[in-house]
Amino acid sequence: MRGTTRTVAVAGVSALALLTAACSSSDNNSSSTTSGGSTSSGSSSGNPSAAAGGEISIAGCTPQNPFIPAMTNETCGGDMLEPVLARLVHYNSETAAPELDLAQSIETKDNQTFTVTLKKGQKFSDGTEVKAANFVKAWNWNRAGKNGTLNSYFFDVIDGAADMDCGLVKDKDGNEAPDCEKKPAKTEELSGLKVVDDYTFTIKTTEKVSNLLVRLGYSAFAPLPDSFFADNGKAYGKAPIGAGPYVMQSYDPATGAVLAKNPSYTGAFAGKVDKITFKIYQDTEAAYKDVMANATDMLAGLPDSALQGEKYKTDLPDRNAEKPTGVIQTITFAPEKVDPSLKNPDLRKAISMSIDRDTIIKTILANTRTAATGWVSPIVDGYKADQCGEYCKFDPAKAKEMFTTAGGYSGTLTLGYNADAPHKAWTEAVCNSVKESLGVECKATPYADFATFRTLITDRKMKGMFRTGWQMDYPSIENFLAPIYGTGAGSNDGDYSSAKFDGLLKEAAAAADPAAANAKYQEAEAQLAVDFPSIPMWYGKTIAGWSENVENVKITPFGTIDLLSVTKKA
Amino acid sequence: MTKYVIRRLLQMIPVVIGSTFLIFAMVFALPGDPLRGKCGERPCPPAFVAEFRAQHNLDDPLFLRYFKYLGDLLHGDLGTTYQGLNILDELQKRYVVTVKLAVIAMLFEALIGVLAGVLAGIRKGKFIDNLVLVTTLVVISIPTFVIGSVSQTVFGVKLHWFPVTVKSNPGWYDLLLPGLVLGSLSLAYAARLTRTNLAENLRADYVRTAVAKGLSRSRVIGVHTLRNSLIPVVTFLGADFGGLLGGAIITERIFNIRGVGGYIFQSIHSRDGTAVVGAVTMLVIVYLLMNLIVDLLYGVLDPRISHD
Repeated sequence: MRGTTRTVAVAGVSALALLTAACSSSDNNSSSTTSGGSTSSGSSSGNPSAAAGGEISIAGCTPQNPFIPAMTNETCGGDMLEPVLARLVHYNSETAAPELDLAQSIETKDNQTFTVTLKKGQKFSDGTEVKAANFVKAWNWNRAGKNGTLNSYFFDVIDGAADMDCGLVKDKDGNEAPDCEKKPAKTEELSGLKVVDDYTFTIKTTEKVSNLLVRLGYSAFAPLPDSFFADNGKAYGKAPIGAGPYVMQSYDPATGAVLAKNPSYTGAFAGKVDKITFKIYQDTEAAYKDVMANATDMLAGLPDSALQGEKYKTDLPDRNAEKPTGVIQTITFAPEKVDPSLKNPDLRKAISMSIDRDTIIKTILANTRTAATGWVSPIVDGYKADQCGEYCKFDPAKAKEMFTTAGGYSGTLTLGYNADAPHKAWTEAVCNSVKESLGVECKATPYADFATFRTLITDRKMKGMFRTGWQMDYPSIENFLAPIYGTGAGSNDGDYSSAKFDGLLKEAAAAADPAAANAKYQEAEAQLAVDFPSIPMWYGKTIAGWSENVENVKITPFGTIDLLSVTKKA
Repeated sequence: MTKYVIRRLLQMIPVVIGSTFLIFAMVFALPGDPLRGKCGERPCPPAFVAEFRAQHNLDDPLFLRYFKYLGDLLHGDLGTTYQGLNILDELQKRYVVTVKLAVIAMLFEALIGVLAGVLAGIRKGKFIDNLVLVTTLVVISIPTFVIGSVSQTVFGVKLHWFPVTVKSNPGWYDLLLPGLVLGSLSLAYAARLTRTNLAENLRADYVRTAVAKGLSRSRVIGVHTLRNSLIPVVTFLGADFGGLLGGAIITERIFNIRGVGGYIFQSIHSRDGTAVVGAVTMLVIVYLLMNLIVDLLYGVLDPRISHD
């Protein structure tokens, strides 16, 4: 199965530069938005000579959830929903820089209170106008505990989010679970959102945020039409209504979805083709053969058989592309209180240096990853290369020396992974690499499935080392640091805590200037190379192929195919 | 005869209830998390988990859940999948495709298989016999996914004779290649069964008597011997047809056919218990009906087997 979490794009242009650009740019209805010096726009890229129109098809997979923005966080459903939605901000399909879409401007003076002004006359595909209340009501619904949405955590940044959670009730097994019937939430409205007038609303965040604009481009922040609230999204989940460039004409879980151009779309990010058909495949192998035979036009994420020996380059000459994505694989060390045996950062660095990343990527992962040189994906705004330095480079001699100086390790190192996804081969290879370089026993330990594996980690019962992955929520350096390594953060599996790191994050969030914010975040990342809470392994990469019928196929920083720039070959 | 059929139909009721309970208990005892893949690389939010479990009765005890399920089943409601889709609708859509595929495979293996078997049987030891034996051996020893992928690449991608994968509302022609691939293995068995039985029966006393009476060769073989020899073949084909209606996971995956097999596979994979139980209950019923038809066919082929 291909990647899972829906992700949001990288900020090529930093938030504040954009905010100021937005204030000064009075006409955002033109086809190209001026955003912080970036000249490209989602719709103007591509070959102008190619004829617009036509029908194309793309390989898809079965959506796991209803088509509700706050319920869709995996690629299968997300790919189909994405072109239907419009948000305040649109991510540039090449750089992931946020560009204003439904918003006329988003202004702030203190990084905590934001005033959003909407463009007038923007319409949902059902004909109703997009107003401020559509955003506020949507976000309230998305965050409300009783709706149990998957993407509710995106709204945690808005003031009053904590009051939206239902109370915890112990069940008969003694597990605590939220129960909205017995202990309803304090409120169903976020106190940080205020409608000023039809086209203006304000957002107050819980603390200072320097990259709110980048976050607002995620699908979960899309406005919902009034009809959504009539039946709590039941009908909407089957036939979503957005303000985006395409409308969902039909959807059948067995066969796929058909998207047609939204005739009333007036925004700046229109698509080129008239109709996009998503064909659902059980197996990418079959999809790949269809692409080879020109029966399906595009496929992102090629099957293993095509990747081995780069066979796809001969099968689809000049019809393939690759791009890194906002995914990082790491190996995390168990918290000190659970397993103190590896608390010495030098031991951790020695283990990291003993892993031959390049060979593992080449021989086991068929070149579908890029070796990591730090803790942040290279596609996000604020990325700085080589933050991990020599500790992420394979050097068995130095590793051995460092390992011995740091006192070595007696016993067997363990590396936990969930066996329901293809992690066996690479974890074993990592262990072999460690064993050969350091002369210490290492065992890759499987756990039955992801849930069991994660439960052991979150209950702090997993010892030794274990695999951890992160797929960005939105394209910012901050998203690779704060949620994973901030003290007490939700995904801080190793209980990493550094006053210096936390302080730098705080300074960055309050920084007035995006460059200053990034510099602070980079400083914080450098601290990780000192304390080494986890070993960076590699970044994700998407490889796509297409048929002879289409042109201008590009991969977005999110690893999907940019459906707005594709054209049909004349 | 009618009495026999009614008796058999009544016997099905306890079998269906018993087997659904077994399946139900086994499927929900499987390890694994129904929420896997729903939330990507991060654990699902607790509010979502609570809502999901309540919606699908996952916290009720097994018996209570089974009775709730059985109650819905009696109303013709097979429940909904974890993705909120009506299972009965989904199965109906897929059965249309699976039945077509099974019929193609069945016709292919029954007609060609029996014909090859007859030719080999009456010319035992001759060239045609050896040819049939060798080809069937080759087919039996190559796994289906090899036959499937190779024929897909050769006839679909390279020669363009057939569509590479099957479109959403497939016609008979779309399903021809997968049907042939699917039927090829059983064809080999059917040919071998027919050959052996025919060759053996040709040496029987009643055949010698028929020949001695001066009956024509075609009548001796076609009516007297073949009909008798077909009983094991019909048993095999009947069971095989039941199996085909249960879907063909490998062939369906290769050709991207939206059939029952892939549905069950996907449902097991995503730990969607309700969907698995619904689909398998349907299969149990199909299998029981197929068995009944085979038993009735015995009587037609051999009048000595009577159902009265």
